[in-house]
Amino acid sequence: MNRRAAILLAALGVALAALPGFANAYVLSVATLILFLAYTGQAWNVMMGFAGQLSLGHSLYVGVGAYAAAGLFFHFGIGPWAGVWLAIALCAAFGAAIGFLAFRFGISGVYFALLTIAFAEFTRIGFDHLDWTGGPGGLFIKVAQRDQIDLANFRGPPAMYYYAMLALAAGAFALCAVLLRSRAGYYWQAIRENEEAAQALGINTFRWKMAAVLLSSAMTAVSGVFFAFYYNNLFPEQIFNISRSIEIILGPIIGGVGTLFGPILGAAVLTILADLITELLAALGWEIPGIKQVFYGIVLLVVIMFLPHGIWPALARKLGVGK
Amino acid sequence: MKRRQFNRALAAAGVAAGLAPFGIARAQPQKLKVGVLLPRSGVQALIGQSCQKGADLAPAVIRQVLGVDVELMSADTESNADTARTRAERLIQEGANVLVGAFDSGHTAAIAQVAEQRGIPHIINIAAAPQITEQGYKFVFRNFPTAIDLTRNGLALMGEIFRATNTVPRSAVFMHVNDTFGQAMAKGVGAILPRLDFLPFKVLDTIAYDPAAKDLTVEVSKAKAANPDFLMLVCRLNDAIILRREMAKQRWNPMGIISPGSPGLYEEQYTKALGPLAEYAICNTVWFNPKSEMTRNVGAAFRKNNPRDVLDFHGTNVGYTYDAIMIAADAFKRARSTDPKALAEAIRQTNIPVANRMSLGGPIRFNPKGQVEGNLSAAIQNLKGRPTVTLPAEFAEAKVVFPEPAYKKG
Amino acid sequence: MPIDLVANVVLSGVLTGLVYGLMALGLSVIFGVVRVVNFAHGEMMTIAMYATVVLFAAFKLDPFVAMVPVAAAFFVFGYALQAAVINPFITRPEHSQFMLVLAIAIIMVNGLLMAFGPDARNLQVDYQLESFALGPILVDKARLYAAFTALAVSAGLFAFFKFARIGKAIRACADNYLGARVVGLDVKRYYAFTFGLGSACVAVAGCMMILLVDVTPALGPAYTLLAFVIVIVGGLGSMGGALLGGVLIGVSEAMAGLFITPSAKSMFSFGLLILVLLFRPQGLLGKKA
Repeated sequence: MNRRAAILLAALGVALAALPGFANAYVLSVATLILFLAYTGQAWNVMMGFAGQLSLGHSLYVGVGAYAAAGLFFHFGIGPWAGVWLAIALCAAFGAAIGFLAFRFGISGVYFALLTIAFAEFTRIGFDHLDWTGGPGGLFIKVAQRDQIDLANFRGPPAMYYYAMLALAAGAFALCAVLLRSRAGYYWQAIRENEEAAQALGINTFRWKMAAVLLSSAMTAVSGVFFAFYYNNLFPEQIFNISRSIEIILGPIIGGVGTLFGPILGAAVLTILADLITELLAALGWEIPGIKQVFYGIVLLVVIMFLPHGIWPALARKLGVGK
Repeated sequence: MKRRQFNRALAAAGVAAGLAPFGIARAQPQKLKVGVLLPRSGVQALIGQSCQKGADLAPAVIRQVLGVDVELMSADTESNADTARTRAERLIQEGANVLVGAFDSGHTAAIAQVAEQRGIPHIINIAAAPQITEQGYKFVFRNFPTAIDLTRNGLALMGEIFRATNTVPRSAVFMHVNDTFGQAMAKGVGAILPRLDFLPFKVLDTIAYDPAAKDLTVEVSKAKAANPDFLMLVCRLNDAIILRREMAKQRWNPMGIISPGSPGLYEEQYTKALGPLAEYAICNTVWFNPKSEMTRNVGAAFRKNNPRDVLDFHGTNVGYTYDAIMIAADAFKRARSTDPKALAEAIRQTNIPVANRMSLGGPIRFNPKGQVEGNLSAAIQNLKGRPTVTLPAEFAEAKVVFPEPAYKKG
Repeated sequence: MPIDLVANVVLSGVLTGLVYGLMALGLSVIFGVVRVVNFAHGEMMTIAMYATVVLFAAFKLDPFVAMVPVAAAFFVFGYALQAAVINPFITRPEHSQFMLVLAIAIIMVNGLLMAFGPDARNLQVDYQLESFALGPILVDKARLYAAFTALAVSAGLFAFFKFARIGKAIRACADNYLGARVVGLDVKRYYAFTFGLGSACVAVAGCMMILLVDVTPALGPAYTLLAFVIVIVGGLGSMGGALLGGVLIGVSEAMAGLFITPSAKSMFSFGLLILVLLFRPQGLLGKKA
């Protein structure tokens, strides 16, 4: 990473760390949402950008992770710090199952994507019929007042959630940076570019693809746990929904798949864009239902047509930083 | 202008000035800012827009009736819980003194949490999930029955229907949507029905179906095969239409369709889509009081604002949304301040007599959990193309028809 | 379980499945040839449904008649969409294609919301609520007519690909892209033609579907997913496969609804999809890759 990049990164880090000091609760909630999407997008990016597998059912891991931790808390009073391990274990198991089934049977590309959708939908309907987690009626976790910080049960003021998410996002960023430069990173790149050639070179593609899937699902599990304790209510319809899967991948694709900074940039741009469009339309008085999403769709269309690799690579060139 | 600049600053990840909360120091604040959160786009757009009609006419009527100034700040939850949450935060940030919303239990729960955490009163207009008022919240209030209350009232009304028409149906099939609302109602029915001894029928089969299903052939076939006397239904709008059509195609004419409480059957779209097939469906649900003075006032305003709409089709939505804002205004009038704690306390002391509320029920009083008890259901039957109150007798606009004319015994 | 109940349910599943199959047919053609993942497929059908409603409201055109102009219009639209927008994306990675079509889908759905509002629209024709009675079996008239149309269109399409020159050329492009180029076929034009054809197919499916289902702007995505499930199960690039897949899904969902619980019947389709992907990824009637 060149000097310029390091300086900009440090500046960004400082700004983000200081944000709660001068931002109001609304801005903080938006920022937390951006970081949530950035982290989850980064987790998804591991599967897509590193191993080249398009997962369109990532909401599966968010949901399973969230329900696992929430269920433990609701039924047994076990806090999230312990619950997260069950969440990770379950999600890794799901990921392993999907990965195994897919790779052993040679499913890739669109077929893999459809497989992930099928699993997510299957699980959604399944949870709709699962009484232990409240079925379609939803699972509600008790909520406390904002003032005290109860770290054991992960309750506190918005700033606490913000910092937690910031730590997660930063951690994911660092982890991916390290991985990209490591041996694993080169193997993954080789597999992504040309799997057969990589195999010919002696790389155990099955093992490395599985590793990417496991890592991705485990990381997403943590995001699910955060979701459960931040939003405090879970409904299968909302958390396993395919629109949530799509929401997760919009950031990385628009920001730049396979890049380190893409998911973060994409999450920020899209969230702020959505808000700006709403503001703009309100100011213009064009409050027809649906018009906001039309504008949003047009922007997505334009970006994907003219910046097919995402915004970050172009932006990185302009800023003069590396990848 | 300030708001747009504020957003650009946000976009540059820069400074955002916090908006100071609305001045408490002023002696007699001029108006109450009510943040209204409803799904005006997305899958629930139709109902959200219906509720919005009740919100939009509220300020004028409230000024006339209570002499209080209310400013509406309307936000679209886009039928999405995350959006509901951020919009709620946004409204509070922009100075909303009280929040009203949001029709869907999931969104309402998300907003309730924000309200509770920020200490801003939240008055729920429509949402039936019982858990929302079981969280020990101090700032969340609901003037709408829980699914359990709805079920209890709905089943009791069924008994009244049978008594009023001198009929004794022996069997029913219970069909319900398998979503948050439908499941809550099903649980209520399962818990309450066996303990009632004044209902003559047995439930032969319970069929849960996917609210997004486009084809209900199997479900209707199953129900018809059980040969029940009548159909007990908890539904939503689109599936109700599909169901009724399928019943016609399969030539199934039971004594009638009675809902213990759900949307769908009384909505405008149901009548428009089905025409004569929509007649005689009965829905026991919360409604507006056709004989109250407040209803007269709101009705007049509704007709003025929506000359092409018929209030009857929006009974529940307009009635309860209007009442929620009216409760806020009434509390504001007594509290004489926009301080959230004072407002919450005033809401807790609410005691609005029957004549001054539009929705049907006893006087509006909140129990310690923030829940209003005593909201009544009415038996709403589609007669001559309009949802008509047929029971309780003192509010009836017409007599209930049961069994339906198409029903042939044996 | 009484036998006539089962018979009625199965028959209804078959008929509905045929209409689903027609919808999936368009996708199979597009996916099989152009290899683009058209996640806006359901949305396109939704637009066709609205078009049929509008034509009925304005000119009292029966859907079976309106089918012709709507299909023609969609052919042109599909052709243009492929040539102008989608073509550069054929060689791009899947996630790019997905994003492109997703954006198009978002614009379509919300454009419809803006134009028509959220209420469900439908049309009322006389035969819609009638049924033929064959003993204890009741056959829904509208469904029967729609099923026949689906079969007719499929047969026509099959004949086209087998006998017509353009059809054979398109098959060549699908089977061997490089070879087709070498032989001098204008692949780009054939791709556009195929996309147009697939769009016309889905338009006809929409004209049929409006007889069975009311249309709302948000109707699309569920049908897109269904179409993909059917195409994968039935076999990519196989017309018979699309129909067979549709019938299979229709009947299995009906059976699942009858014997297990109706609210979980979609689980069955997804389960079937997973099984097919694992054990016979080329689909039931597809050729091995």
